[in-house]
Amino acid sequence: MKELLSGNAAIARGAYENGITLAAGYPGTPSTEILENLSRYEGVYSEWAPNEKVALEVGIGAAMAGARALVTMKHVGVNVAADPLFTAAYTGVNGGLILVSADDPGMHSSQNEQDNRYYARFAKVALLEPSDSQEAKDMVGLALTISERYDIPVMLRTTTRVAHSQSMVELGEPAVREIKPYGKDVKKNLMVPAFGRLRRVSLAARLARLAEYSENTPLNFIVPGDGKAGVITSGISYQLVREVLPDAAVLKLGMTNPLPVELIKKFAAQVETLFVVEELEPYLEEQIRMLGIKVAGKEFFPDTGEYSQGLLRRCFVKAGVLPVPLQTEDLTAGLPQAPPRPPVLCAGCPHRGVFYTLQRLKLTVTGDIGCYTLGGLPPLEGIDSCVCMGASIGMAHGMDKAVPGLKGRTVAVIGDSTFLHSGITGLLNAVYNNSDSTVIILDNRTTAMTGHQDHPATGRTLMGQAAPEVDITMLCRSLGVKRVEVVDPLDISRLREVIKTETAAPGPSVVIARRPCVLLKREVRPAVTVDQEKCTGCKMCLKLSCPAISVIDSKALVNADACVGCNLCVQVCKTGAMQGGQADA
Amino acid sequence: MLKSVDVLMVGVGGQGTILASKVLAAAARAAGYDIKVSEIHGMAQRGGSVVTQVRLGEKVYSPLISEGEADVILAFEELEALRWLAYLKPGGTLIINNQQIYPVPVLAGAAEYPQNIIAQIRARGVKVQVLQALDQAIACGNGKAANVVLLGALAQKLPIEEKIWRDALAATVPPRFLEVNNAAFGAGFKS
Repeated sequence: MKELLSGNAAIARGAYENGITLAAGYPGTPSTEILENLSRYEGVYSEWAPNEKVALEVGIGAAMAGARALVTMKHVGVNVAADPLFTAAYTGVNGGLILVSADDPGMHSSQNEQDNRYYARFAKVALLEPSDSQEAKDMVGLALTISERYDIPVMLRTTTRVAHSQSMVELGEPAVREIKPYGKDVKKNLMVPAFGRLRRVSLAARLARLAEYSENTPLNFIVPGDGKAGVITSGISYQLVREVLPDAAVLKLGMTNPLPVELIKKFAAQVETLFVVEELEPYLEEQIRMLGIKVAGKEFFPDTGEYSQGLLRRCFVKAGVLPVPLQTEDLTAGLPQAPPRPPVLCAGCPHRGVFYTLQRLKLTVTGDIGCYTLGGLPPLEGIDSCVCMGASIGMAHGMDKAVPGLKGRTVAVIGDSTFLHSGITGLLNAVYNNSDSTVIILDNRTTAMTGHQDHPATGRTLMGQAAPEVDITMLCRSLGVKRVEVVDPLDISRLREVIKTETAAPGPSVVIARRPCVLLKREVRPAVTVDQEKCTGCKMCLKLSCPAISVIDSKALVNADACVGCNLCVQVCKTGAMQGGQADA
Repeated sequence: MLKSVDVLMVGVGGQGTILASKVLAAAARAAGYDIKVSEIHGMAQRGGSVVTQVRLGEKVYSPLISEGEADVILAFEELEALRWLAYLKPGGTLIINNQQIYPVPVLAGAAEYPQNIIAQIRARGVKVQVLQALDQAIACGNGKAANVVLLGALAQKLPIEEKIWRDALAATVPPRFLEVNNAAFGAGFKS
């Protein structure tokens, strides 16, 4: 039976069909739906870990014990998990271990675009790259076989267009779930230097055997063509190349570490000119060039952004492979530019009150990763920086210590899920090093940005079981923070007073701005109305950047369908024209 | 097997483009096409510009539609039609819902919502079909079904039988909303 599945759903299906019994990860676009799909299959235990490093460690433990395990994260998550990854290549596995890295060329929802194929090579693990959903599913099975036969973790690297595109997948039956026997083996699993040195040698031997496998695996194959231009490619670029150059010979690499050197040489000898087409870095190109093969790549194809067939067509025209196209009429000539439609904090979002207040107080704000990063966009403009998960707290401390003028004027904002991911250690550092910084934990009781995943403070697991809820207030106190306040972010005057007091106070402070995500808990409150007599058209309400409010013909207008009655605009309005709504429902 | 068709669905987060693309994919699949569907989401729950791409044909490689290659653009909102117009193939069809949803920069007075978008596009010689999908959906019993009104209008243009569409709709929409959605589909199909 065939089904239309996204790459992520296909990976989950592959895990189910191929006997994986444990899966772990941290939500991150475009990887999130793998575990969400997998948690619905019977016979697979799956969990959200507080961060990617922990998720991988859980997977390593399960694989060491003899189970087949899958660990998922987005590309930047692998930075967090890099530490255990590099040593896992030494210990190898017992049951098969797959690490999914979902990369994001074009940065559709990421802070950078990094090519994690280099991680696989750097960490010396096997690397597979699917180019559609069927391959994504099939490669899960092959990756497990490779992992177990060559005693090595396998990275399955997808990109957004594989993860989030749907194509047809042939479904199979689930295999019998077998757990391999576990036996204590310190020379293999206990990486003290004496044993580590032995496993380093073993790793080289395992990679050499794997390179032989790469020469013959069906994952790497040649699509015969006309022998003029030949293309070596992998991942989604394969699909684009097939469409743009339907008659060209193509070497499609499904396994990209180690590379099939002999197969590449054989292919290169078959064609007149050789191109490498790959998104982001010249990962294949550099290695192929090191073989002494003449190849064209990044001089024609960009090393930034996402590829499309339109872009590749233009590149192949530039390279002289495709003819210059006839000029077609530009449909958009003379039409006005469409103004941007940036994503915004939802109407009623509890973070809105915090960013409005921070901006009014003119504080320097180090930000973090989550929906609330949108609080940095105009007109809220309540955040100065965003680097990576958990960075806000350390950065605020650094600013505060280094620049006297910023003392007492700097705050860090971080979400509840992100705080548990990697904020705790930053706060511990702030306490230990006698920081004067103020940390605002934006506690909306979920991981909102990726679609409401649970975490250690929500009271539920990925599989829907009840779980103990971390008490974030107590956690902060136990780290040594003396000043911890909980406030309702929709109560602006109290919020403002608390933030002013805490930024002025010496020593580290934590303000927990707590209210559930507006999409999580629908409270039925009357929509705000505008008294047209009182409204002076001052546009104060617009500073909230609420998608339900506009000012047309000098009068404020609240869209009753979008308004959730959070009452913020009522508090902000100086003339008393905004009426209704209620904060404390 | 019929020729390949590329459909771009553009709108604003929350308007139901993803559900519409699901129904189209299900119908195309039942009609025997190879399909690829691509969507981008992640940054925010709602309010942003949303695009879903559906490609059908005997064999589809890329999940992406390039500029100047869409056979049909189904626009759920006027401004989004303008934003994505460059993706329409010369001679392609634009089906547009005459709804206007102001983006925040417009609400905040930092940008202007262009006037007479539909007339301006038409003046460029583009084949445009305009629908009052929101009003039609409300008349059918629920404004949320505007996406299915638009889908009905799209169905009219594609070489897939009506029965297949109706079955795909029934398989995708929750049973309690099926009646409204069937009416909405019919309204779009006739317009």
